[in-house]
Amino acid sequence: MTSHTAFIVASYGASILILAGLIGWIFIDQRTQRLALQELETRGVRRRSDTKADDAS
Amino acid sequence: MSDAVSKTGRWIDLANPTRFLSLAGAVLPWLSGMTMIVLAAGFWMSMQAPDDYQQGATVKIMFIHVPFAWLSMMCYTIMTVAALGTLVWRHPLADVSAKAAAPIGAVFTALALITGSLWGKPMWGTWWVWDARLTSVFVLFLMYLGIIALTRAMDDPAKSAKATAILTLVGFINIPIIKFSVDWWNTLHQPASVIRIGGSTIDPSLLWPLLVMAIGFTLLFFTLHMMAMRNEIWRRRVVAMRRVAARSAERRPVQ
Repeated sequence: MTSHTAFIVASYGASILILAGLIGWIFIDQRTQRLALQELETRGVRRRSDTKADDAS
Repeated sequence: MSDAVSKTGRWIDLANPTRFLSLAGAVLPWLSGMTMIVLAAGFWMSMQAPDDYQQGATVKIMFIHVPFAWLSMMCYTIMTVAALGTLVWRHPLADVSAKAAAPIGAVFTALALITGSLWGKPMWGTWWVWDARLTSVFVLFLMYLGIIALTRAMDDPAKSAKATAILTLVGFINIPIIKFSVDWWNTLHQPASVIRIGGSTIDPSLLWPLLVMAIGFTLLFFTLHMMAMRNEIWRRRVVAMRRVAARSAERRPVQ
């Protein structure tokens, strides 16, 4: 029975580790894109669709 | 007629990435909160569940292995629908959805293989056999890796979208093969026991934790998929804005 515990702990442990890696990667990606967008906006760069809207108004 | 027009109008609203971003911003806190609650409840129920009369405590691996395997197929099915959206309707979010889903699907497939292997060793006496179910799921994992590579092989997402969509559609043939592999061929893997004609063969004391865990991991999938889609939209905006910045820098006279 104790030998089985090792397999159970290993499968839950591996799942938690790998899912944490996936979630962490998505959060890091989110931070990277948010910072890049902020940096572009402070430089005054706008998307084409935004400038078009400005022209129309 | 006017009703049909307004319906299409609403659809186009949903296709608008900006609308999607505000929807994601509103939905994500709730979705992630629900994911955490359901997964915590599922985990607690799994720990309380009794041992199986044949498999002993290793039945606990079922509570994560089965949801991972379900999700690996559900994710691919979502990507197939997205591929149709790219090819038929050229829906601007379809390619974003497929590209964002692929790594998540690959992770769930890998986890299904890993937990299955860790369950197979004590119960079957082997980590791995090249039988129909295991091999077809391994092929699914390779398909995910191929799709991930293709979505990232070209700088212009418009170019890779079509090729990825076609590859995804062709690969969908694997999904019914995985599902029915246990009926069509002799395999070590057991046949369907939860969703089957004649009702589930699993005792309610084990079925309930499994269902709650499955709902929890499905919510986790949708949370992560929505976050990854939002990241992908932002990434494309950053690329577009950098292009605009480079072009306006070119136009500016040299000082």
